[in-house]
Amino acid sequence: MTKNNSREPLFHITKRGATVWWKPLVIRAIAIVAGLFVGLFFAAAYTKVNPFKLLGYMFNGAFGTEKRIWNLLQDTALLLLVSIAIVPAFKMKFWNIGADGQTLVGCLASAVAIYYLYDKLPTWALLLVMMLFSLTAGMIWGVIPAIFKAKWNTNETLFTLMMNYVAIQLVSFVLLKWFPSGQNDFAKFFSRYGNMPKIGNPYILILIFAVVLTVTMHFYLSKTKHGFEVSLVGESINTSKYVGVNVKKVIIRTMLLSGAICGFVGFVLVSAKDHAITTTMVGGRGFTAIIVAWLAKFNPAYMALASLMVAFLSRGTSQILSQTGITNSALPNIVTALVFFFIIGCEFFITYSIKFRKKNKDSAPAPANEASGPAEEPPIRAEGETPSLAEAPAEERTPAEEALPTEITEGGEEK
Amino acid sequence: MISFIAQSIRMSAAFLFGSTGEIITEKAGHLNLGIPGVMCMGAIGGAIGARLYVSSLADISQISAFPAFVIPLLFCLVLASLMGVLYSFLTVSLRANQNITGLAISTFGAGFATFVNNIIPKEGFKEIGYIYFKLFPSTEKLGAFGELFFSYGAMVYLAIIIAIGASLILKKTRVGLHLRAVGESPATADATGINITEYRYTATIVGSAIAGMGGLFYFFDMNGGSWPYSDAISALGWLSIAIVIFSIWKPDLSIFSSIIFGLLYRLQYFMASATLSQKTLIGMLPYVITILVLIVTSIVGSKKAQPPASLGLNYFREER
Amino acid sequence: MNKEIALELKNICKYFPGGVIANKNANLTLYKGEILSLLGENGSGKTTLMNMISGIYFPDEGQIFVGGKEVSIRGPKDAFDLKIGMVHQHFKLIDVFTAADNIILGEEMPKYSLKEAFKQIKDDCASAENKAKGVLLAALKTAALPFIKIGKFIAFNHLARQRAKKLQEIVGKYGFNIDLSKYIYEMSVSEKQTVEIIKVLYRGADILILDEPTAVLTPQEIKKLFAVLREMKKDGKSIVIITHKLNEVMEISDRVAVLRKGEHVGTVNTTETSEKALAEMMVGKKLDLNIERKDPADPKPRLILKDITVLNKEGGRAIDGVSFSVNGGEILGIAGISGNGQKELLEGIAGLQKVESGEIIFHNPKENKPVTFFHKDLKQIKKMAAEGFFHYPDGNKVDLTGKSNKEITRLVNEEQILFYEDEIIDLRHRTPREIQELGIKLSFVPEDRLNMGLVGNMSIIDNMALRSYRKGRSIFVNKKKPKALADTIIRDLEVVTPSDMTPVRRLSGGNVQKVLVGREISSSPKVLMAAYPVRGLDINSSYLIYDLLNKQKEKNVAVVFVGEDLDVMMALCDRILVLCHGRVMGIVPGRTVTKEDLGLMMTGSLDLSKKAAEDAVPSAEETAEATVKEAENDQE
Repeated sequence: MTKNNSREPLFHITKRGATVWWKPLVIRAIAIVAGLFVGLFFAAAYTKVNPFKLLGYMFNGAFGTEKRIWNLLQDTALLLLVSIAIVPAFKMKFWNIGADGQTLVGCLASAVAIYYLYDKLPTWALLLVMMLFSLTAGMIWGVIPAIFKAKWNTNETLFTLMMNYVAIQLVSFVLLKWFPSGQNDFAKFFSRYGNMPKIGNPYILILIFAVVLTVTMHFYLSKTKHGFEVSLVGESINTSKYVGVNVKKVIIRTMLLSGAICGFVGFVLVSAKDHAITTTMVGGRGFTAIIVAWLAKFNPAYMALASLMVAFLSRGTSQILSQTGITNSALPNIVTALVFFFIIGCEFFITYSIKFRKKNKDSAPAPANEASGPAEEPPIRAEGETPSLAEAPAEERTPAEEALPTEITEGGEEK
Repeated sequence: MISFIAQSIRMSAAFLFGSTGEIITEKAGHLNLGIPGVMCMGAIGGAIGARLYVSSLADISQISAFPAFVIPLLFCLVLASLMGVLYSFLTVSLRANQNITGLAISTFGAGFATFVNNIIPKEGFKEIGYIYFKLFPSTEKLGAFGELFFSYGAMVYLAIIIAIGASLILKKTRVGLHLRAVGESPATADATGINITEYRYTATIVGSAIAGMGGLFYFFDMNGGSWPYSDAISALGWLSIAIVIFSIWKPDLSIFSSIIFGLLYRLQYFMASATLSQKTLIGMLPYVITILVLIVTSIVGSKKAQPPASLGLNYFREER
Repeated sequence: MNKEIALELKNICKYFPGGVIANKNANLTLYKGEILSLLGENGSGKTTLMNMISGIYFPDEGQIFVGGKEVSIRGPKDAFDLKIGMVHQHFKLIDVFTAADNIILGEEMPKYSLKEAFKQIKDDCASAENKAKGVLLAALKTAALPFIKIGKFIAFNHLARQRAKKLQEIVGKYGFNIDLSKYIYEMSVSEKQTVEIIKVLYRGADILILDEPTAVLTPQEIKKLFAVLREMKKDGKSIVIITHKLNEVMEISDRVAVLRKGEHVGTVNTTETSEKALAEMMVGKKLDLNIERKDPADPKPRLILKDITVLNKEGGRAIDGVSFSVNGGEILGIAGISGNGQKELLEGIAGLQKVESGEIIFHNPKENKPVTFFHKDLKQIKKMAAEGFFHYPDGNKVDLTGKSNKEITRLVNEEQILFYEDEIIDLRHRTPREIQELGIKLSFVPEDRLNMGLVGNMSIIDNMALRSYRKGRSIFVNKKKPKALADTIIRDLEVVTPSDMTPVRRLSGGNVQKVLVGREISSSPKVLMAAYPVRGLDINSSYLIYDLLNKQKEKNVAVVFVGEDLDVMMALCDRILVLCHGRVMGIVPGRTVTKEDLGLMMTGSLDLSKKAAEDAVPSAEETAEATVKEAENDQE
């Protein structure tokens, strides 16, 4: 990193102490904008349209018409629901990469209920059964890795991941049992059954679910004893045992909850959105949700914002495609991933600060040092003498933020 | 039966590239969950290389073996390494969370591969695929022996050579010793003057390059130059990461575990008489077995079969 | 003495985030061929200063001179190049490598230049007598060059023979006794230290820095180490030894440099100073070594351990048939070299580790106190009543036969059922939670505070809530009481913190410890176990902790104090139990025991275990025996 010939490194990195509340937000905002523009330039190179015009398309795609806004909100809500589902697990430092699978078996369970019971039950009862099936299926899918994690500390990351593929194979298996020809006719026969009643328009109900669950989860995590135990286990297993928390029970309980909410999302997908069952209907939300939850530092309120951002990127990029008349379904993924890279990278500038050193060129070290010591680094001295929270970050800000844009373009160049 | 085994061994090369690459990365302390994305990038890199080569020719019939093999390989290595550079930059220089970075790379790699695949003409890929498919011209005369040992493309042999080479370097050489030290305890390695940043970058980039070849292999050799969907390549990537555990972080053992997974993976094609629905159940097997292996290794777990002690942890010298 | 300067530090400053000044204008001179002690309290910046010489930290201000030339040490590699080597307090060794692998780790391969090799061949060729033969040979050699280069690069144990020779040379020269093919995880602490020292020597260090090398060694091992150090000094090496043990300073060093609060107070010749003078320099005021110690008021056995066995992770016996008792109103010290079962013992009692065999009997002082529903268990109450444990307020024996559950519940709730004597509970097989629910009030200050006991990322308030959050039926956590407790502790124990919402990890070591001890004492415990409660604390904080422990003792709490500083233990504890390899070497009275005896017992050379049971505190032991028998009856 340091190639200059001076006797001291060009800069060195220290961990930040406490910092003012708005600074991380500003750094993240800069990262998002920078990432968005790298994505836009990429799209511009491909579509040969001015990137600022493309930005206009994106806003148009997300907010252009009432329907688009509803679509955006629906995307946000669904992603937020999955994020809400995984957040207790992640807060516990349980890497549940299996939200996709847990949601998919939830979809499957609802579909099974429809397939076998559609003519036997009234709609409200069918919906109830579907929900119960989905919750149970999600719970089972979530709790299996949890049991092994709790008992033998089995690596949950790969376990939950493999469960995703098992779920996919299971869905294809069931579909082939139902429709041996390989033609997925579920929607054709059953889309009339097990549908959620519409409140106003088809999107509002999902939104309500998302809002209610987000608020509930926020309170569950921050106010309840269960929530306290979840953070405790996530922070330190040893301390948990020390104060008498049954760590195994907490792991299993939390994953039951996480799986159940995933299952619920599956139920929502089948009953209120797709009215169908396919192996790809979850659409990788489980993965995106992890990044969303992590970006939001597992805070449900921030997670809503992060979900909105992802939904905006995806809807907006799709609009770029349709407005420029180019079909390439993968562009939204790329733009989203680029923004992710920038946000992931920017955390560094929140946690650490970079201190640049001025070069000490002259010989005659003793007097030079005495003279330059206080003059060169007044901020540190001030910080040392008065460790007040308000002052220290203000002094540190300059070098870190100067570094920010340059470092970030460096990250962008790697594509 | 012989051809089934031969097919499985061929298949295993994809896993072997992936798992060898990941082992090298993990030995340096990086749990790179971006391997699926890296493999997609490797595959699409090959496609870009192939396209550039083919478009430089007047006619498909002019395709000659050596450049048709080497140019896609080079592009594959470059693109896959770039993913390694990106991963290391984020995790080593910017100290980002390794799992999140890996997941983002997986998303990006799969997306980018699909994106390029959508716009790239695949003229001549079939021919290039055939060059990849076979190294030795007439092995039929050698019967079952020839089919089992000499019927593969060059990439299969390359995978095995790389795995053995990696194993020797890790076990026997100074570089290997230092690399293992970096993964076991970066603080210790640092105190002895080993450049942690250099080793982690190098291992991750080399590991990514090797893993990327898995994608290339699957694209041209296994699939004969027709695009296998990013999801299919990603699945191979995830299984490769699982195989690392199965091979207890040893590239030489990985040869055998990759073959086992190759067998499992090809089983549904071998069972010709099975119905479609039965085949989906057989297709579940590699994943179920992986889960079983995870469970068994976690229950048995011995001192020698442990992952590198600081796997997944970033290093900051002045951490207090 | 040869007064050639090996190393000089000028005005070194180092700051840490949060306004912590680790070093301020520190100056230091090290001569060739001398042993310099770097003396200072915990937190006086000794280790930080040395870390800047070995390249772990980079100084914020100041200059470093090595051999008269100003240098910039950017990393450990720079330090090695300057022939500086440091043996850290926490060994930097890799467990799954052998000693030899650890020693050679990081050593660069010798450079092999193709250019030079080629030149050599050319010269050979030119000087060859037979021209044709020479050219042919040269051609062959040139062809072989790339292979040699690759061979060197791959370096299959290329230096194995030389390495073994060089290592053996070092081992022989200073008289180390060690098997270099052993894995680190199989080694004892002193062996590991030896490996560290060999490692530094192997890398050719002329300046050796040893960070508290004696902290983990037995007196006998310390002697051996000092012999080695003197041997190195004779060899012209300069040695800095960081320590806060005055007697060792006097014994080993030529000069002593004293640091206080990050600043260099002064350097003196060892022959011209005394322990007392050094101590004054170190703390800056007269040292009051006396810890007030009252006699135990009414020592009654509170906790009785009988033949306890606890296994370690590898399945060996970390605690092997240990029996002793702790009385209310006394401080029982547990001495021993760290890693001899202290951790397992305390965690076994606290229910954090499985106790394989034996009994842990707790006497809950309950005489004439009403039974409560701690047990949540009518069966247990009925059983105890049938065995005659209870009486009514009027003195009559409780007989519950024929009474309905409802009636018993009423009696309990109205506090009509009283204990005759202390409640006796076997703690073995109880989880920490069960212990808590039984109302036992066992407080435990573990060794590694931020890993067990506190949560670094949680606020002080939340850390207070750890012990109490479960109380009550509400599904929500009540944070009012924890907040009140946090504020009390911050005020009473003078915890330096911006607020009660500050994450504990941001506090300094002493303040973290105050928070933990404060919380553990706040529940007015019956038994208080504290493992190394003053480790890493400055003198003032240490005395505050001693004071707190003494106050608990006066409240008739049974205090178990696991410590490492024998002087402190002999001044604080009423009795001292010595552990060695998981066995009790003896329980000796703290007031009369000699340091030498303790040292011998810690190393297993002296075993008083049988004698101690009789004459340490005979009355207590007898009562203990009696109650154990009672407890046995209870079990039946």
